Amino acid sequence: MAFASKSPWVIHYDASSCNGCDIEVLAALCPGYDVERFGIINTGNPKHADIFLVTGSVNERNIDVVKEIYDQMVEPKIVVACGICACTGGIFHDCYNVIGGVDKAIPVDVYAPGCAVRPEAIIDAVVQAIGILDEKSKALAAARKGA
Amino acid sequence: MQILITVVGCILFAVLAPVVGCLLAGLDRKISARMQGRVGPPLLQPYYDVRKLLEKDHVAVNSSEGVYIAFALVFAILAGGIFFTGGNLLMCIFVITLSSLLFIVAAYSSRSPYAEVGAERETMQVMAYEPMVLLMAVAFFLVTGSFNVSSAFDQQVPVFTSIWLVFLGFLFILTIKLRKSPFDLSYSHHAHQELVKGITTEMSGPTLAKVEIMHWCESVLFLGWVGMFFIWGNPISIVVAIVVALVAFFLEIWIDNNFARVKWQALMTSAWVVALVAGGVNIGILMYL
Ligand code: SF4
Repeated sequence: MAFASKSPWVIHYDASSCNGCDIEVLAALCPGYDVERFGIINTGNPKHADIFLVTGSVNERNIDVVKEIYDQMVEPKIVVACGICACTGGIFHDCYNVIGGVDKAIPVDVYAPGCAVRPEAIIDAVVQAIGILDEKSKALAAARKGA
Repeated sequence: MQILITVVGCILFAVLAPVVGCLLAGLDRKISARMQGRVGPPLLQPYYDVRKLLEKDHVAVNSSEGVYIAFALVFAILAGGIFFTGGNLLMCIFVITLSSLLFIVAAYSSRSPYAEVGAERETMQVMAYEPMVLLMAVAFFLVTGSFNVSSAFDQQVPVFTSIWLVFLGFLFILTIKLRKSPFDLSYSHHAHQELVKGITTEMSGPTLAKVEIMHWCESVLFLGWVGMFFIWGNPISIVVAIVVALVAFFLEIWIDNNFARVKWQALMTSAWVVALVAGGVNIGILMYL
């Protein structure tokens, strides 16, 4: 069995937009929901993280930051786009500097829509992400055995 | 013969200490969560974390970092083996310090600014607690007439009775050694975002797993030091020692959850003042009275 699903450490980056989703993500991570029950830890270090929660749309300024964080994360890793801005650009989609959703910069595994995205939707998305994380972890183990 | 005993002791320590240390770490997280009004993770959460880290891809900033960490772990196990087979206390202290130094060098080798700040702070911590640790060994020698841990079993009364001041001083620096708040400057178990996780910033996957296992071994060894004060020539004293060590551990958790972090200046002064007062006075009494 894969242990990735038992200790998913998340890193959160607020790319841009109105910050509404950013606050919802932090609300979902606060002690009230006690996500540590499931081994979830909010880390600030991409090298320790398994799940990347991105809120807000990607623009010319932050696209490099998003890519950098993603590149620093160690496989197996999952990206969750939180909020409609992170999914497609949302209401900011036609701003002069906005490129679009997070998937314009890095591969996204789970989309959690909403404006702002509800904590329930975030938790739902993370649960889905954990499932995919397990699969990726198994695939990595199989690849290592094969190699 | 002694060598053989030490080798067997090291092997046993390498197997048992991570198990005990892992359970202690899990207990720590659970109790901390309860103190904060949360349910907390399962008891085996530290084990799950390490298994997950071992599953992750092998990525390192350079090839030497992993080697330093591996040897830091080996020396931590060696120190534990020496101590729990009743070996030389001074040797045990030097070997565990070597392990801490390798940990620091590993962080420096990554050339990352965050890791360097963590490494600098870890160096501070080593400088802060080392005098008290050495004075503890000296006091132990003055009471038992030997640096061998096993000589505690030759005593009529536990060494605690004559060096309780040193014991209090040691309890103080135990907080630094276990990296508990208010002295968790280089690497905090709670603040996962601060300074991007201090000294372990550049360590990931299996390397980070080794660091965790090393912490488990260290915790067991340091609690062994606590227990050593309460050993005398009666097998029942082992039970007493274990109980005292557990009480000390819970005290550390309580301190961890109730005090805010101090600056490094306060860390250095308080640790050295405690070492001079507690260690100096107690050793002075032992030598001249
Ligand atoms: S999806 Fe809505 S709430 Fe979230 S960041 Fe965009 S505009 Fe703000």
